[in-house]
Amino acid sequence: MQRYIIIRLIQSVFTLIGVSIIVFSLARLSGNPLDVLLPDEADDETFIRISELWGLNDPWYIQYFTFVRNASKGEFGPSFKWQGRTAMELVILHLPATLQLAVVSIGVSVLLAVPIGVMSAVKKGTILDTVGKLIALLGQSLPSFWLAIVLIWIFAVQLGWFPTSGRGGISNMILPAVALGWFSVASFMRLTRSSMLNVLDSEYIKLARIKGLPEWKVVWKHGLKNAAIPPLTVFGAIVVGQMTGSVTIETVFAWPGVGLLALQAVNARDYQVIQAVTMFISVLFIGMNLLIDILYAYIDPRIRYQ
Amino acid sequence: MATEGNVLQLPQRLPWYSTARIKRFGHLIFNEYPVVWLTILFLVLIFPALTAQWTAPHDPLKQQLSKRLTPPVWDQGNPAKPGTWTNILGTDKQGRDILSRIMHGSRISLMVSLSALAIGGTIGTTLGLVSGYFGRWVDHLIMRIVDTFLALPLILMALVIVAVFGPSFYTAIGVISVLLWSRYTRQIRAEVLSIKALDFVARARVAGCSNVRIIMKHVFPNVVNTLIVLATLQVGTVILLEATLSFLGAGIPRPNPAWGVMVADGRDHIASAWWIAVMPGLAIMFVVLSMNMMGDWLRDKLDPKLRQV
Repeated sequence: MQRYIIIRLIQSVFTLIGVSIIVFSLARLSGNPLDVLLPDEADDETFIRISELWGLNDPWYIQYFTFVRNASKGEFGPSFKWQGRTAMELVILHLPATLQLAVVSIGVSVLLAVPIGVMSAVKKGTILDTVGKLIALLGQSLPSFWLAIVLIWIFAVQLGWFPTSGRGGISNMILPAVALGWFSVASFMRLTRSSMLNVLDSEYIKLARIKGLPEWKVVWKHGLKNAAIPPLTVFGAIVVGQMTGSVTIETVFAWPGVGLLALQAVNARDYQVIQAVTMFISVLFIGMNLLIDILYAYIDPRIRYQ
Repeated sequence: MATEGNVLQLPQRLPWYSTARIKRFGHLIFNEYPVVWLTILFLVLIFPALTAQWTAPHDPLKQQLSKRLTPPVWDQGNPAKPGTWTNILGTDKQGRDILSRIMHGSRISLMVSLSALAIGGTIGTTLGLVSGYFGRWVDHLIMRIVDTFLALPLILMALVIVAVFGPSFYTAIGVISVLLWSRYTRQIRAEVLSIKALDFVARARVAGCSNVRIIMKHVFPNVVNTLIVLATLQVGTVILLEATLSFLGAGIPRPNPAWGVMVADGRDHIASAWWIAVMPGLAIMFVVLSMNMMGDWLRDKLDPKLRQV
């Protein structure tokens, strides 16, 4: 187990280095990085100051180490669009809104996906299963930004049930959470269904039935408990998928989170903020995957020896 | 099931309108062959992409301000501006015909997805073959790079790359290929690892084949099925990614009628003119849906062990 954790840790460090190289070199791909890093309206003085500050006259490997050293401390430099704030401050500032939305939408998707997934496995081949299949199919083929707009059109404009945009109470949260969670409902449900089908076929479920347990106990207690592992593994990917999916959803709903920050930063060519957001989300993703892998290896010993 | 067995062994003389024959026909076109999905794909993607400049009713870029915000033909609710047959799906705020724009948009979607698949697929497959075949440090190196790319937040990275290079048709293709090659590598490598252990590879080596020859003549043909399935399943992802990027202003630049751009154009008018955003979104949905179904069908036919993909 320790050996497995150590190997996965080392792999994660390599991945992190890879990400940092990509983020670092992207700004330098097109000649002078300052052309990209600084907004168009920056004056000559800023150019000279920044190039000294970042040591842009040094050879590239020294520049890279400076970048990594600063990044590990969370220093990505000051933002140009939002004067007087550092890039990392901005990310931290926008994080709660994104996390809030992510938590609610994951909650919504789990609450929808698990019961539908379980029921369509139990009632395999019935109308219920078909409806489940349809939801899964639509979840994978609806563009989330379009779904968001259609939801606004139907539920905010036509019916007037929810506000169209912005952050506020619960009613502000429902439409973005559904639009964001729709895709994960699909994948979560499919996994629950297939894993549940496997479990329902097993010996111990038959035993539980023979014992005379009520059907709901067999399905929801004995079945679901054992079927929960495969869906758990994609949980990490879903959480991070929500973080990146938030770029489009937050844009449509004007939700003041990290995704909206990223898009505004890109449009303003505020590269410090872009770097901060990208590195932050990647670290989150890598950390999440590491955690899930270790957890999974803990639950299922076979993984450790692969 | 007994009833289905009976349906399939029908005597031929039953008239075509008999329930049993209609049922069998329905079973064939819905379950056995992806006829429905192919038809949708042909109607929404392939046919307009190939023939848009002749068959589209209007010029997709031509603005007619007098006809702006005309609703679709079935929407007769507003007596001042009823839907007309000249603009079947309505017009946008500059009076451009939505149907013509969608038809020309399918060409963009098809071009971007095919190019990105070709580029990403070639890079990904090559690296997957090399990684799986040579193993050891080559494998480690390539797999770490793959992990890195899989850990990148897709949309965000695409936005960053586009911010550096500026949005254009070629940037969109480049970005999507760069971001998607790693999935091929991972899948192909796993296949190669199991193929490499088979006897015929060892025999080819004994017979004196070079590594390149073994990879090209003996290993590659065995992963072609996987590749086809993977590519089909990816078309939908690529079209969605391109539409998302275009929607965010980082994909195909205006005034090109990319579907994502059209949805973005309609976003501010959703309260008054819903059709501008809804119509191109439906096109995306139908194409991605039928592409995914095609992929599922191909996977079941060619390569059932890919179920997990």
